[in-house]
Amino acid sequence: MAPSSDPRPARTAAPAPGDGTGAVASAADLAVVGAGPAGLAAAVTAADLGLRVTLLDAGDRPGGQYYRHPAPELGAERPEALHHGWAAFASRARRLRDHERAGRIRHLAGHHVWTVVRKDEDAAGEWHLHALAGPEEQAVTVRARAVLLATGAYERQLPFPGWTLPGVVGAGGAQAMLKAGLVLPGRRVVVAGSGPLLLAVAGSLAAAGAAVPAVVEAASYTGYAGRLPALLRNPAKLAEGAVYGGALVRHGIRLLTRHAVVEAHGTDRVEAATVARLDRDWRPVPGTARRIPCDALAVGHGLVPQLELATGLGCATRTTADGTAALVLDEQQRTSVTGIWSAGETGGIGGAQLALAEGELAARSIAGRPLPAELVRRRSRLRAFADAMGAAHRPGTGWTGWLSDDTDVCRCEEVPAGLIREAVADLGATDARTVKLLTRAGMGWCQGRMCGQAVAALAGCAPGPDRRPLSCPVPLKVLAELPADGGTAP
Amino acid sequence: MPNRHSPDVVIIGAGVVGAACAYYAARAGLSVTVVDRGPVAGGTTGAGEGNLLVSDKEAGPELDLALLSTRLWRELATELPPETEYEPKGGLVVAPDETTLKALRTFAEGQRAAGVDAREIAPDDLPALEPHLAAGFAGGFHYPQDAQVQPAQAAARLLHASGAATRLGEEVTALLTGPDGTVRGVRTTRGEIAARAVVNAAGTWGGRIAELAGVRLPVLPRRGFVLVTEPLPRLVRHKVYAADYIADVASDSAALQSSAVVEGTPGGPVLIGATRERVGFDRSLSTEALRRLAGQAAALFPVLGEVRALRTYHGFRPYLPDHLPAVGPDPRAPGLFHACGHEGAGIGLAPATGLLLADVLTGARPALDLAPFRPERFGDGTTSHAANGAGA
Amino acid sequence: MSEPRDLVGGAPETSFTLDFDGRKLPAHSGQSIAAVLWSAGITAWRTTRQGGAPRGAFCGIGSCYDCLVTVNGRPNQRACLLPARPGDTVTPQEGTGHGALV
Repeated sequence: MAPSSDPRPARTAAPAPGDGTGAVASAADLAVVGAGPAGLAAAVTAADLGLRVTLLDAGDRPGGQYYRHPAPELGAERPEALHHGWAAFASRARRLRDHERAGRIRHLAGHHVWTVVRKDEDAAGEWHLHALAGPEEQAVTVRARAVLLATGAYERQLPFPGWTLPGVVGAGGAQAMLKAGLVLPGRRVVVAGSGPLLLAVAGSLAAAGAAVPAVVEAASYTGYAGRLPALLRNPAKLAEGAVYGGALVRHGIRLLTRHAVVEAHGTDRVEAATVARLDRDWRPVPGTARRIPCDALAVGHGLVPQLELATGLGCATRTTADGTAALVLDEQQRTSVTGIWSAGETGGIGGAQLALAEGELAARSIAGRPLPAELVRRRSRLRAFADAMGAAHRPGTGWTGWLSDDTDVCRCEEVPAGLIREAVADLGATDARTVKLLTRAGMGWCQGRMCGQAVAALAGCAPGPDRRPLSCPVPLKVLAELPADGGTAP
Repeated sequence: MPNRHSPDVVIIGAGVVGAACAYYAARAGLSVTVVDRGPVAGGTTGAGEGNLLVSDKEAGPELDLALLSTRLWRELATELPPETEYEPKGGLVVAPDETTLKALRTFAEGQRAAGVDAREIAPDDLPALEPHLAAGFAGGFHYPQDAQVQPAQAAARLLHASGAATRLGEEVTALLTGPDGTVRGVRTTRGEIAARAVVNAAGTWGGRIAELAGVRLPVLPRRGFVLVTEPLPRLVRHKVYAADYIADVASDSAALQSSAVVEGTPGGPVLIGATRERVGFDRSLSTEALRRLAGQAAALFPVLGEVRALRTYHGFRPYLPDHLPAVGPDPRAPGLFHACGHEGAGIGLAPATGLLLADVLTGARPALDLAPFRPERFGDGTTSHAANGAGA
Repeated sequence: MSEPRDLVGGAPETSFTLDFDGRKLPAHSGQSIAAVLWSAGITAWRTTRQGGAPRGAFCGIGSCYDCLVTVNGRPNQRACLLPARPGDTVTPQEGTGHGALV
């Protein structure tokens, strides 16, 4: 396991000179964590306004999950064919390159920030961002006077029997693999779960050559009816939906609303999915099950804000319309902690257009500039739309009905639903944390990102905000070589 | 007014100490209700490593309590389900140099006199006990009595086995008193529970319960961080730690100053714990704590340097100024009993605490002299920090 | 039958083979190791430490750690993030991936 046994030359994501532990460069005016739509928009706007920006991103290329695209070496001539709204990204990526060349933005790709701590000694207030750089996991510390957290989201998963079979993949995961690697998980892919992303995924997979026998949506689209005002104020978003709807028709894809995949079948990989009708609480209706043959299944139930860097700093959270926890932000995109801003999905799942608007607003706030009224209006319009969508696709309480006791809920630690139910019924677990302590659900590699929402549902409580003092696994030698002065938060 | 049937005892706190008190009180024939504002193991128990240690305790009352607990845990292991993960794995204390080894020898001598099994290990024999241990240690001591449980499971299983009524998510807001001022139950956010006796097993928050009775018990938080690695095969077999130095063994404050304790778990990860700092209830991450833990662990087991930490957590040990728990009746508030302030040793000391308290509650003669643990020993003056120098 | 490449056009700069469990898999520069495996129809490349169950890429964005694999002797690398490189040897991973340490 020693890196020295690796015969390959060092990977390209090595840190820039002077970044290493013990040789910390001077503090940036602003550190932006995440180069997705929000972070990218914020970084280029802040640089436009004269700030010196360090942009840290776990990805090798800017764009985040939404604008994920192939590496240049893959030679894709038309990456935009896999995207909606590519021009908004392309223009900002160009500005990023210009600012980098001019030295106004330092873009650290392949850098995963694992914690942010406040340095007390400096009365002006300074933050240290500790990151791991590249596959070799080199230690990097970045200093900044202000921090914008644009850490995005990960996919909400609700387990079902068979969901750990190879060939069952996240809906967002299938799309990410397609966008970045031009690959498909199979040739006949059922898309299932809930949320507008499913339509986009099905359209992409079909356009890329997969057969999609069905899109299985747990919510009912008639649920949108009660929220028409928010929808009608967002014609662009409706048009986007129509594009996806049109793609379904064009590819002959069946949309089954108020249905869910309640079991995946197969031994070494998925061979079929059982689909059943749901009642209004998402409880499977007996006698409605039918089997759809497939060689892959792409599942997801919307997104969950990725908050651990923010909660580690003590930022306040709230529960949003879709049932997930998000940051409390004011109209300036400020968190409850002075000096920490946030934009994009961390403030509540809202999509790329909202993230672009929020990133720009946050940058203006950090630079001490007034917020343009039109941009503020755009943000509230998009936020209202997001809330309407979130409420329509919020999981019903009955979904746990399709979990058998032997279904592994925690994929990492292989903890079945039955053990979790026992912890709740017999052992005094009244929340997800206690379930974790008693069963190990959420203690593994992913630190509860895949099972956290499900464990909370089984514990009968609302999912709490992400709490992970380490945002990603950190080699002990990196921790051991941290600067001795500490960097203890207040 | 009391509701339904009043239990004999109300225990405040569903951590491991409260659970052990419930277990032994019920076994002694008392009816028990356990109340906690949170879930089971929601406080310091859930943030512990599950250490059942005799190796780190110098001869004295705490060691006596630990030795009694060691016997009781062995019995409990046969009565509780396997999920408790009782592992009599033993401890290994290693000395970096001859001076430390000599001091360790003297320390172990005192422990042996108190009944501890402490075996000196020659440097050449260390690899047989721990194949991945770094080379160059002057020697060490093997403590076969050191053991481990999974702490949250231990508390939950003890509580379940006690058959006590549990009222979780219910906070005690006041103590009920009779006409003569004696404590006669608790008032919670959901009603009143009358009882003949009330046990304060609120751990780090035990001082607040004492305040409700108008008495002072200076329990304060002492923060500790634990690092948890990725799952590994069994690389570390014992609880292993280095005796960095032993302060003046002859003095009252003599203590084994220990570095990180490194141990494997049945679940796979290696646990590295734990730092000690007095910073109140500060929940923010200390990268300095992580730096020290990781560095000390990798110094003991170089193979861990390349391994990744998946998570870290912290807890607040309940400590009293003399580093001994408060166990027994409070003469200042008849009807109130204390079982808290076990600092970092609550998992280990819980069964003995529970047994002794059950003896007191039933009027039996306790197996150990409770005088060193008297809750009123700190008087009613202001909190003293005189004992800051001790700590292992 | 159309392929993803038909959608975006162009061609990869270089192609090579990746050694996976003794097999030579076609790979293109710029692809992640998981993408190379998916292209070859392989969806599982590790087994879990309790149940020995097969697993591969799930979340596709580095969050779920289900796609862990040993690359050039270094265990627990995320196949969905790690770019494939000429000369790479990818080994299916069992359990903790650290079996060699015992």
